[in-house]
Amino acid sequence: MVRMATAAESFLLAIGTKKGLWLATSPDRKDWSFTGPHFLMAEIPSIGIDTREGRTRILVGVSSPHWGPTVAHSDDLGATWSEPEQGAVKFPQDTGAALDRVWQIYPDAESRPGVVWAGAEPISIWKSTDGGEHFELNRGLWDHPHRSEWGAGYGGAAAHSIVVDPAGETVHVAMSTGGVYRSVDGGTSWEARNKGISAYFMPDPNPEFGQCVHKIAADAAVEGRLYAQNHHGVYRTDDNADTWNSIAEGLPADFGFVMLTHPRRDGTAWVVPLKADGERIPPDGKLAVHRTDDAGNTWKRLSAGLPEHEYNSVLRDAASVDTAEPAGVYFGTRGGTVYASADEGETFREVASHLPDVLCVRAAVVAGA
Amino acid sequence: MSSASGRQWLPVPEISLLLPSVLQPLAGGRSILTTPADGPVTVAGLLDAVSADYAVLGRRLRDETGALRRFVNIYVGGDEVRRLQGLDTEVVPGQEVLVIQSVAGG
Repeated sequence: MVRMATAAESFLLAIGTKKGLWLATSPDRKDWSFTGPHFLMAEIPSIGIDTREGRTRILVGVSSPHWGPTVAHSDDLGATWSEPEQGAVKFPQDTGAALDRVWQIYPDAESRPGVVWAGAEPISIWKSTDGGEHFELNRGLWDHPHRSEWGAGYGGAAAHSIVVDPAGETVHVAMSTGGVYRSVDGGTSWEARNKGISAYFMPDPNPEFGQCVHKIAADAAVEGRLYAQNHHGVYRTDDNADTWNSIAEGLPADFGFVMLTHPRRDGTAWVVPLKADGERIPPDGKLAVHRTDDAGNTWKRLSAGLPEHEYNSVLRDAASVDTAEPAGVYFGTRGGTVYASADEGETFREVASHLPDVLCVRAAVVAGA
Repeated sequence: MSSASGRQWLPVPEISLLLPSVLQPLAGGRSILTTPADGPVTVAGLLDAVSADYAVLGRRLRDETGALRRFVNIYVGGDEVRRLQGLDTEVVPGQEVLVIQSVAGG
């Protein structure tokens, strides 16, 4: 059964591309009404939809090749946008650094209204307490002694994943390249947590840090359980990242960028495998999402509604789930096509095509629209 | 120039910053920003003055370290400042400073 939004709700789909942002709303996740492009000719690598405090705030990382990066927000579904005069994410003078790109915008838990995290390039994380209008640099990670040895992935050197324990002070960050870091004191101090994750491309394939983790996500219901899509390797931890174990068996490829978890149900996660390193395409050119419902012990291939041939990849943040029941699954390709599923991936439908490369997708159930 | 009283008014020397159309909304819709100047100023000083009044515009031109963004070109006397003294290039009253975006991108 496909969930309809209530009369007072709708589904919001935000699509960040290499040349602007598109927003779409739908009452049923089938028929979508689009606006855009917003920020034409600027990359939109990060989007956060914050539905706390009785409002829908869309936060976007905007990166113009000419005019630089910034963060803007809209409280009216994109009709108008605001940008703080001095910039929302701005490196302190003593760092000597300048912001290249905001890779991640992560609204914190309901219990911490106003708190929004950001991950950025150069590798850094930031915290806002005013709904994403102004962010403060996390000095613990910025001053970490490993910093000089962190490197850049093909897309740049960035902190791209932030996972915050909604009930506690534990924060996990993933960076390319550097791996997973954990703080148990709300972000004051950080330790590398990569035991079990392979870095086959390094002289020591099992280093303390230096892994190229592409995305991490937390299990919805099991405390201390996270999933990681690595540069080769799909992993799960059950002990808050102290140790990681492979859950790649059953997948057609262990490479990919996406890692999604269910908003409520334990053990459910989605990946989009790509063949690599030589061929960064869906295996055999056949695009499919794979879902586990048992924490990675088994995987189910899901391709109903997807094209027979697809040679474009799906980037790490170009996928999202909504919070409806059943959960919606959304993703976009570098070929500019966006697919949506209203039944947790069992069937997909194309909702947009011929857009610029899709960099980021976020979806939510929102009031109004 | 003279007023009704017969007092002589001299035009205030000024420096003009010419903006491309894409940036004009950040300058209140103006295509030219002028600032009075009774002597030479550096391009950095000129951009500081612009940033004081139009902070978002200032951030489009320079990053938070003060460096000119890679694909922003500023011309003084027909030369791009990177071929002169960079942001220390001096501008004299009466001169126009052009902001032009690089023809880069895909």
